[in-house]
Amino acid sequence: MQRPVADVVAEAGYDDPPERVGFFTDTSVCIGCKACEVACKEWNALPGDVSGDSWASGAASLSAAPPDALALTGMSYDNTGQLGADSWRHVAFIEQQVPAGHGTALALADDVAESDGTRWLMASDVCKHCTHAACLDVCPTGALVRTEFGTVIVQPDICNGCAYCVSACPFGVIDRREDDGRAWKCTMCYDRLRGGLEPACAKACPTDSIQFGPLDELRAAAAARLDELHEAGEASARLYGEDPDDGIGGAAAFFLLLDEPEVYGLPPDPVVTTRDLAAMWRWAGGAAAMLAAGTVAVFARSRV
Amino acid sequence: MTHEPQPQDAAGVQARSYYGRPVLKVTRWREPHLPAYLFLGGLSGASATLAAVAACTRRPRLARAARLAAAGGALGGTGFLVAELGRPERFLNMLRVAKPTSPMSMGAWLLAVHSGLVMAAAGSDVTGRLRRTGAAAGAAAALTGPVLATYPGVLLADTAVPAWHSAYRQLPFLFAGSAMAAAGASGLAATAWQRSGQDEGEPALRLALLGAAVEAAAGLHMEHRLGLAGEPYRDGDSGRLMRASHTLTLAGAGAGVVMGVASRSNQEAARRGSQGTATWWSRGTATLCAALLGGGALCTRFAVLRAGIASARDPKYVVEAQRRHPVPSADDGQGGAR
Repeated sequence: MQRPVADVVAEAGYDDPPERVGFFTDTSVCIGCKACEVACKEWNALPGDVSGDSWASGAASLSAAPPDALALTGMSYDNTGQLGADSWRHVAFIEQQVPAGHGTALALADDVAESDGTRWLMASDVCKHCTHAACLDVCPTGALVRTEFGTVIVQPDICNGCAYCVSACPFGVIDRREDDGRAWKCTMCYDRLRGGLEPACAKACPTDSIQFGPLDELRAAAAARLDELHEAGEASARLYGEDPDDGIGGAAAFFLLLDEPEVYGLPPDPVVTTRDLAAMWRWAGGAAAMLAAGTVAVFARSRV
Repeated sequence: MTHEPQPQDAAGVQARSYYGRPVLKVTRWREPHLPAYLFLGGLSGASATLAAVAACTRRPRLARAARLAAAGGALGGTGFLVAELGRPERFLNMLRVAKPTSPMSMGAWLLAVHSGLVMAAAGSDVTGRLRRTGAAAGAAAALTGPVLATYPGVLLADTAVPAWHSAYRQLPFLFAGSAMAAAGASGLAATAWQRSGQDEGEPALRLALLGAAVEAAAGLHMEHRLGLAGEPYRDGDSGRLMRASHTLTLAGAGAGVVMGVASRSNQEAARRGSQGTATWWSRGTATLCAALLGGGALCTRFAVLRAGIASARDPKYVVEAQRRHPVPSADDGQGGAR
């Protein structure tokens, strides 16, 4: 369950499945237009983001009133804030001061030179559709399943809203919609994939920052793009989530970033929590044995 | 709109983040549902074990009190568990599959089986019907009970929440100790009010004291041996609740010791033929002991929930921990630029 899996779809029990597909999000060409967010909302008929307290928790308390869909964050041009039950694409917007000699030769070099050294980073985040998916592992009802495309989706007719997946996801992607009581996240447009179409976000992206396709092809394209950026002097460019040997067995939705992952709100080195599950049960078993033995012992001594 | 200067901690590790926003989702599990479920489940599990051993050693009053506590805990705990769901009417979907990778799936099955057993045992004891079946169910609950009391450690640890996942060694012992303390103390109080002999109350008292010691030790271990992930168990709301739990547990254990000493002198007096010290005194002390230890056990559960929330809300617990302990093979995935 933890080490690289050659074929995660076949392992899930599909005979003769289609190729595993994914997203390669090249943030170096993202212009922050949020067409992906809008296309996703429209295709999947997502409500305005009112799902509340996680949103407010960055700065304010849990009990703070949730903003409505038109609220402004006041921190940047990003007014979506994060992925959630009602936002399955989220465009992060980062404004930062770039020190001289930082090595941003390509991406925004002209802008940086002309201005005061400020640069903008934009990145469209999405569910990673992990090879070792913690949400899928911990779901007690079987509502979360691996599809024939290798993606991970929630079946809304099964989910009973236990919210285990919410705490298990190392990326903070999936969330429960409070008015509806169920967990929701990106399906990689499962309905469109079944119909032979690409997901709505990738279709809408005007710069091809969001690329959709078979995972093997995307990985090759990403490696080529990374080389291209490095050769052009963009030394801080790196891939995130594409390595099948990482803590989640590689993501089906991976990224090319221009700074550390945490700057974009991504965990630097996520690990699927179920990797330690056997050890957890061993410790719980030890504690249970202690409880039983202790209970017997307190009686044994009472005849003295 | 310039980026704020990045804070640095004492170790000099830069905690960079996206405008200080959480990397993880703050859990949707809420108060009082989750802490109450953990408390009642623990009480039920440890009480079922206590009841089985008490029945084996012919202590009928203690056995009945513990069976009732086990049944009440299972019933109340299940109620809180169902109320916690976003779609409570779909509770039975929990029993749609049995998934070894999901501690909640395993826990739902365990709770279903355990509840059936303890209800049967308590029902038979109270009504006097089907005594053999009831006794067999009670004995079987001694197997499900210890696991029910400790599996929540796995339930919480099997998440991305730093304060929970990092504590996977300690949490089961914390919950086990806390459950023993609560079950022992409730058994002690019940037997005191029933004028049971000292022979019935004393094992319950010892169980309560043993549990209090285990709970305190596991709690202290979590506070001081988990590094950064242990910080929420010391600081803030969760830290205050943890200290409140220690105080209540210590006071409850103190009341228990006083009770034990008094009960021994009572026994001496009875042996000499006198009535001994007033029963109201021992009842009062036993009740106080149960209230303090129960309160401590409940505080522990609230502290653990809030520590998890604190560690999920502040991105430093995720970012710094993952920067300090990288998975060796994962570094290649970050590109050669770092």
